[in-house]
Amino acid sequence: MNSLILRAGARLLVGLFLVFSLYVLLRGHNAPGGGFIGGLIAACGLAIHAFASGAAETRRALRVEPQTIGVIGLISALVAGLLAGPFGAAPFAGIWGEVAGYAVSSVLLFDIGVYLAVFGGILTLIFALEETL
Amino acid sequence: MGAETAEPARARVWGYAAAFAALLMLLGFAAQLPEVLAGGRVLFGWDWAPSLGIGLDFMLDGLSLVFALLISGIGALIFLYATGYMGDHPQFGRFVLFLFAFMLSMLGLVLARDLITLFVFWELTSVTSYLLIGFNNESATARRNALQAMLVTGAGGLALLAGFILIGIVAGSHDLAEILQGGGLQGDPLYGGILALVLLGAFTKSAQFPFHFWLPNAMAAPTPVSAYLHSATMVKAGVYLLARLHPVLGGTEAWQLSLTVAGLVTAVLGGVLALRQSDLKQALAYTTLMALGIITLFLSGQSHYALTAAVVFLVVHSLYKAALFMVVGAIDHATGTRDVALLGGLRRAMPLTALAAGLAAASMAGLPPFLGWIGKELLYAGSARLEPELAVLVGVLLANALVFAVAGVVALRPFWGPAGNLPQPLHAIGWQMLAGPLVLAGLGLIFGLFPGVLQTLIIAVVEDSLGRKDTAALHLWEGMTPAVVLSLLTFALGAGLYLWRDGFRAVAGAVLARLPGFDPGWDRFLDGLKALAAWQTRAIQTGRLSQYLAATFLVLAAALGGTLVLKRPALALDLSAPVMVWVIAGFVTAGAALTLRTGSRIANIAGIGTVGIGVALIFVTFGAPDVATTQLMVETLSAVLFGIAMLRLPGIVERRSRAQRWRHGFLAGAVGLSMTLIVLAVTSHPLDRHITEYFELNSYSLAHGLNIVNVILVDFRAFDTFGELTVVLLASIGAFAVLKRRSGRVRK
Repeated sequence: MNSLILRAGARLLVGLFLVFSLYVLLRGHNAPGGGFIGGLIAACGLAIHAFASGAAETRRALRVEPQTIGVIGLISALVAGLLAGPFGAAPFAGIWGEVAGYAVSSVLLFDIGVYLAVFGGILTLIFALEETL
Repeated sequence: MGAETAEPARARVWGYAAAFAALLMLLGFAAQLPEVLAGGRVLFGWDWAPSLGIGLDFMLDGLSLVFALLISGIGALIFLYATGYMGDHPQFGRFVLFLFAFMLSMLGLVLARDLITLFVFWELTSVTSYLLIGFNNESATARRNALQAMLVTGAGGLALLAGFILIGIVAGSHDLAEILQGGGLQGDPLYGGILALVLLGAFTKSAQFPFHFWLPNAMAAPTPVSAYLHSATMVKAGVYLLARLHPVLGGTEAWQLSLTVAGLVTAVLGGVLALRQSDLKQALAYTTLMALGIITLFLSGQSHYALTAAVVFLVVHSLYKAALFMVVGAIDHATGTRDVALLGGLRRAMPLTALAAGLAAASMAGLPPFLGWIGKELLYAGSARLEPELAVLVGVLLANALVFAVAGVVALRPFWGPAGNLPQPLHAIGWQMLAGPLVLAGLGLIFGLFPGVLQTLIIAVVEDSLGRKDTAALHLWEGMTPAVVLSLLTFALGAGLYLWRDGFRAVAGAVLARLPGFDPGWDRFLDGLKALAAWQTRAIQTGRLSQYLAATFLVLAAALGGTLVLKRPALALDLSAPVMVWVIAGFVTAGAALTLRTGSRIANIAGIGTVGIGVALIFVTFGAPDVATTQLMVETLSAVLFGIAMLRLPGIVERRSRAQRWRHGFLAGAVGLSMTLIVLAVTSHPLDRHITEYFELNSYSLAHGLNIVNVILVDFRAFDTFGELTVVLLASIGAFAVLKRRSGRVRK
């Protein structure tokens, strides 16, 4: 699809989608949102980019292989789950702490893992379809 | 497999280290002797799956200790021997690793207190022995035989698991210490099933007829492995299990009959096949069958004579068999052949090996004053107390005589007589390969001269573990008993067979050639299995998406419709919905109708998307923003993916026949109707809110989150989410691989 308007718009939209997806990811614990939805939104943004400029261009812009992103997400989620071990809690139990007045938790790492895994998984599929069909 | 570049000298260190580790274990077990001999049990363990009542628990009593001492002691000598035998093998480090893993699995098996733990170690021995038997992985025979051993023992292992679960149900526990304390399972209605399954496991592992065929094939393994597998480990696991469960399963007619028949047939068959062989290693392999048959046979009874005989013979066999295998390996290593016809006069060149062979073979033949003599005397004393007396006596006599003759072949032929016709000039063997045979063969003599050393341990096995009131005494000489007469008869018969071995070989060969072979039968069985798998794959996996979908929906409609017909639930049709919902419903219906319009793919995709977005809107109206957003995003991405995939295909052409279209229409209608009815039935009841309430109550206090959906995903049910993530990622990477492969093929 070679459309100048779409290409120019897509460049803007990708940024908006990514920022919004991060916002959704971070607010997720207390308001509608979360890693799953965030990952889907981010993948949608990149899908628009891929439509406008082609999958090869999007790959270049992403710099990292989507599979790698997905696996990093999976590993983050696993690490977040196993963090409970040293604290004596059951695996995948949330661990909470406070750093400089902000609440930090293994749950956030887990949600980031979800975000990356979903994002990487969907993009892998989109790229594979775009490039081979 | 990467090339291991570690030079042999470095790899040898691992052999010595493993031998040392095994020696430490031997000392550790020996340190427990006083407590066990005093009738105590050493218990230790860790929690594993407490919610399932499964523990990583271990128990050391007389029976376990005998096995643990044999496994670790012979293991140490085997590691030493292997270092001399194949220390310069390029993959020696890997070999040591496999063998050590095997030893640990075996130790875990005999020490396990929990039945499930026992099963896990049981399977681990199958897996590690597979790696060992198939160690020469360039050889197709080695690979085939390794697979055969694993499939036979693995299938038996599955039966055993089922048996253990039944025992757990009947006894109310998987804890052997508790089960053995109970009154036995013989009276339970499930006893028949338990016995059949446990025997299947034990007989496959211990290569009892008709599962004996895998054991001689396992000779494809390097000789140190054979020496270990055949003496103290692997095949002894089945015997161990029979002895372990003897108090709770033994004593019935079914137990007695199955063990007697399997044991007798295996023992005599093993003896006959052994004398037929001209390959020394094969001959020894078949005598293992004989020994296992004898032990199984003597575990069939209840008398303490029979059980003492079984335990003593087990020790006798472990010592001489490991020693003789190592001797044969040493001969093979030094001369390049194991064929008796080529060997002879080696006693001058290999005096110490000849000595070890002579001592071990004397114990094997049952000559006084070796431990083998005591074992044989006990066998004859025990035979008189087994049913049917005459058959057992004749069978044991025959088997012993055959083994006597084989012992002669193994110990005399290679070392005495005129010099052989060797394929390579003789070369010397290292001390590592002498230590094992000499120590083990020497022990056969020492225990024979001082049977009292062994007696206390045998008492601990027979009385504490097997629950007998008394133990038969181990004596070199008890006067002119009937057993002595039978021993003399054995010697005479055995000597006759030894002298007549060539004639015997011809006769046995002619007879066996007419019987159906088990090994070719196994190959036919595997071929049949493969053909069946290929047929059913062709029948079920047609590769047509429409057929898979039809099958899926057919099952769904049948399950839902069947449930509705059987349960006839009350339906509540409440049409009082807000106008907004009606509008959305109209929207969804229109989308579905659009999808049905064939001809335009883009219209199809838009129709499906409309339905999905309509559903998302319904979620919004009922206050589920999270689900709605997710649904919306998933629908968007589905439309994108469909678009990429479908819009590059040519336009839709209807290829289905009229009847087929009607069938599909009917199927779709059935699924839709049953789904609708199920929803109406579900909403006729007030919603069960107790789970919702739990989350509402605890979401913030326990998980510091206000968004319940998210809290469930990332905290309460985080492990489930992790599983789903894995699935999502694997599915997309799988699709990626499939697509890339297809396009790669096109490009070529």
